[in-house]
Amino acid sequence: MSDNINDPSRRRALKVGAALGMGLAAPSLIYTRNAWAANFRNDPAKAKTVMLGFNVPQTGPYADEGLDELRAFKLVVKHLNGEGDGGMMKTFKPSKLKGNGILGKKVTYVTGDTQTKADAARASAKRMIEKDGVIMFSGCSSSAVAVASQSLAQEMGVIYMVGLSHSNDTTMKDRRRYGFRHFFNAYMSGQALAPILAAEFGKDRRAYHLTADYTWGWTQEESLKNATEKLGWKTVAAVRTPLGAGDFSQYITPAVNSGADVLFLNHYGKDMVNSLTQAVQFGLRDKMVNGKRFEIVVPLYSELMVQGAGAAAKGILGTANWHWNLPNEGTKAFTQSFVKEYGFPPSQAAQTCYAQALLYANACEIAGTFHPPEVIKALEGYSFDGLGNGPTEYRAGDHQCMKDCLVVRGALHPTGKYDLLEVVKVVPRSQIEYPASMGGGELGPYGA
Amino acid sequence: MDAILLQLLNGLDKGGAYALIALGLTLIFGTLGVVNFAHGALFMLGAFCAVTTHKLLTISKSVKDTSITLFDVHKDVPYLQIWWGDTGARIIDYAVPLSLLLAIPMMLLVGVALERGLIRHFYRRTHADQILVTFGLAIVLQEVVKAYFGANPLPTPAPEIVSGSANIGAWIGLGDALSYPWWRLVYFLFSVAVIGMVLAFLRFTTFGMVVRAGMRDRETVGLFGIDIERRFTIVFGIAVVVAGLAGAMYTPVLPPDYHMGMEFLVLSFVVVVVGGMGSVGGAVLAGFLLGILQSFASMNEVKDLLPGIDQIIIYLVAIVILLVRPRGLMGRTGVMET
Repeated sequence: MSDNINDPSRRRALKVGAALGMGLAAPSLIYTRNAWAANFRNDPAKAKTVMLGFNVPQTGPYADEGLDELRAFKLVVKHLNGEGDGGMMKTFKPSKLKGNGILGKKVTYVTGDTQTKADAARASAKRMIEKDGVIMFSGCSSSAVAVASQSLAQEMGVIYMVGLSHSNDTTMKDRRRYGFRHFFNAYMSGQALAPILAAEFGKDRRAYHLTADYTWGWTQEESLKNATEKLGWKTVAAVRTPLGAGDFSQYITPAVNSGADVLFLNHYGKDMVNSLTQAVQFGLRDKMVNGKRFEIVVPLYSELMVQGAGAAAKGILGTANWHWNLPNEGTKAFTQSFVKEYGFPPSQAAQTCYAQALLYANACEIAGTFHPPEVIKALEGYSFDGLGNGPTEYRAGDHQCMKDCLVVRGALHPTGKYDLLEVVKVVPRSQIEYPASMGGGELGPYGA
Repeated sequence: MDAILLQLLNGLDKGGAYALIALGLTLIFGTLGVVNFAHGALFMLGAFCAVTTHKLLTISKSVKDTSITLFDVHKDVPYLQIWWGDTGARIIDYAVPLSLLLAIPMMLLVGVALERGLIRHFYRRTHADQILVTFGLAIVLQEVVKAYFGANPLPTPAPEIVSGSANIGAWIGLGDALSYPWWRLVYFLFSVAVIGMVLAFLRFTTFGMVVRAGMRDRETVGLFGIDIERRFTIVFGIAVVVAGLAGAMYTPVLPPDYHMGMEFLVLSFVVVVVGGMGSVGGAVLAGFLLGILQSFASMNEVKDLLPGIDQIIIYLVAIVILLVRPRGLMGRTGVMET
């Protein structure tokens, strides 16, 4: 063995080593920009289509909302693929959507039934991810489902665009990097509704809460209690009721003689239809308590619920994320498109799901990839308009959309089947906004 | 005082439903010795008789909804209303009471067909076999209803005249504080009337006397040359009709879905056990008793002392009864006792 560095065998070995090293490094030097392309779950790079999963409650107490969400998803897929009249794709700005699918790939979808149950929703979403190969899943009408689904999304590295979820927890305590919520939340409802309640019913009121016993009900009750107590109202009692109880009479009767003069129904979907109808049947709205007329409030309202409750909903106040008769271009475009497709106007559940699918698709176009961390970064802090709610921002800190919300009332004199809600006030974002750090919670890492 | 009376009334209408279902269950057990786990599904079928009646009466024509100007939408106007105006609307309004006319023959037919076609093959089989076959039958009935009507609850309103609340407080001199929904009062009176008719039928008719004799000693009645099996088939049909009527009239209280029977089935079995297996009077007594107990357990004062008691009170009572008096409140000596 020689010590001479010019020794030919050593030089040859160095040359071979260098060549080998360069050879190995070359692919990464050349393909670095798309290095993630084959490195994430359900990468559709080699497919001609991209698969989305629509996981909605098709059975259970929130099924009406779920079925309307599914209609909206089917419509948005049409529009993304360049079919139909384009709906809100025409009004959405700034937008990179071209009507040729997502990143040139035709959009296809699978559907699932969450049954309005967190465990069933999780199982259905897992099947979509593992068996059907979805790159994104969306939909829900229950916050318990939303919280469970976005936790699964984080574990599996697949983005979840939350459907109709109104619990504070979804984007506060239980926020996740892979979950995004377009819908407003219970805190915003409280901030929007309380001043209107004080103006209509006065500042000396005694409230009784009936609350759906899960994350959404708890946070709505807390938000409304805080907001109304700040105005001087007192809370007599807050009673939890099981989801899907059906007959609420045993919970309503104790409220009748409790000394309360306002009943908050922190229920949604069929539960709200049943509890409101039964509360009216018990004559609560005809009662005078503490020298004042007894009032019922439904903090989270939807037109589907008003249809179900019929005359019982007349004059009842609540809040909503959106309504089909708002006078903006996005709303008009979406409503006309939806009516053309299905023959009746969309619900707020449909609007939020349609918007979520468009926002995800647009984020992929902005990122130039389906790679979830890049898509997430494109959504975080994204400001947009034209999706029916006015100027809106997807906050980076908690993945909560910040926008105006509505205080609504069951129409006193409806003339048809669809003019059942009146918009009392469009409450500006500034009145309902809060710091992104509120409620605690950690988004978690970009890499799943 | 108002609160106690209100809870009492609340318990009575709920107890009415429990008693009606439990009455049918115990009649079937007492006569045929069959533990019928399909009875909840039969209650649900009755509710869907009301839904069907409502759907038939509201077959509609699609007309343009002029209240919306932004886009073209259509609304459904029932033909009955188009043809007969207010009279048509009134007939639709009374869909639930009218549905009894459909429910009685339909449920009788279903009952007799089930007994002849399926249940009679299981008379001499073990209770475990009977439970399995009737539970399977319940699932089949549920799935058939789900396939045809969908999975969602279908609101079926009470007639307008009884959709509000009755000012009971004013009737008994307690002021305006005590009011109660008219339809729930109607339901309670209806259940009392049906129970009364069934009990009178069993007590005061020859047919009833034979059935009661057969319940006590089937073989001896047979030795008299009486075809007791045919009578028991009719009793099965009557029990099914009672469950169906209970379901049909319950629709304005609770919008029916395919699964509603299961919720009532479990509670009704508890009612039968508490009342005494095979005891008709026991089923009625336990139905009302447990309905009222459940209602009082829902009072905030009670729940403050014992949180969650409203959810478990019925089962607690059943446990105590099974431990202390296994044959139930009015059960015969030896039944459920070793």
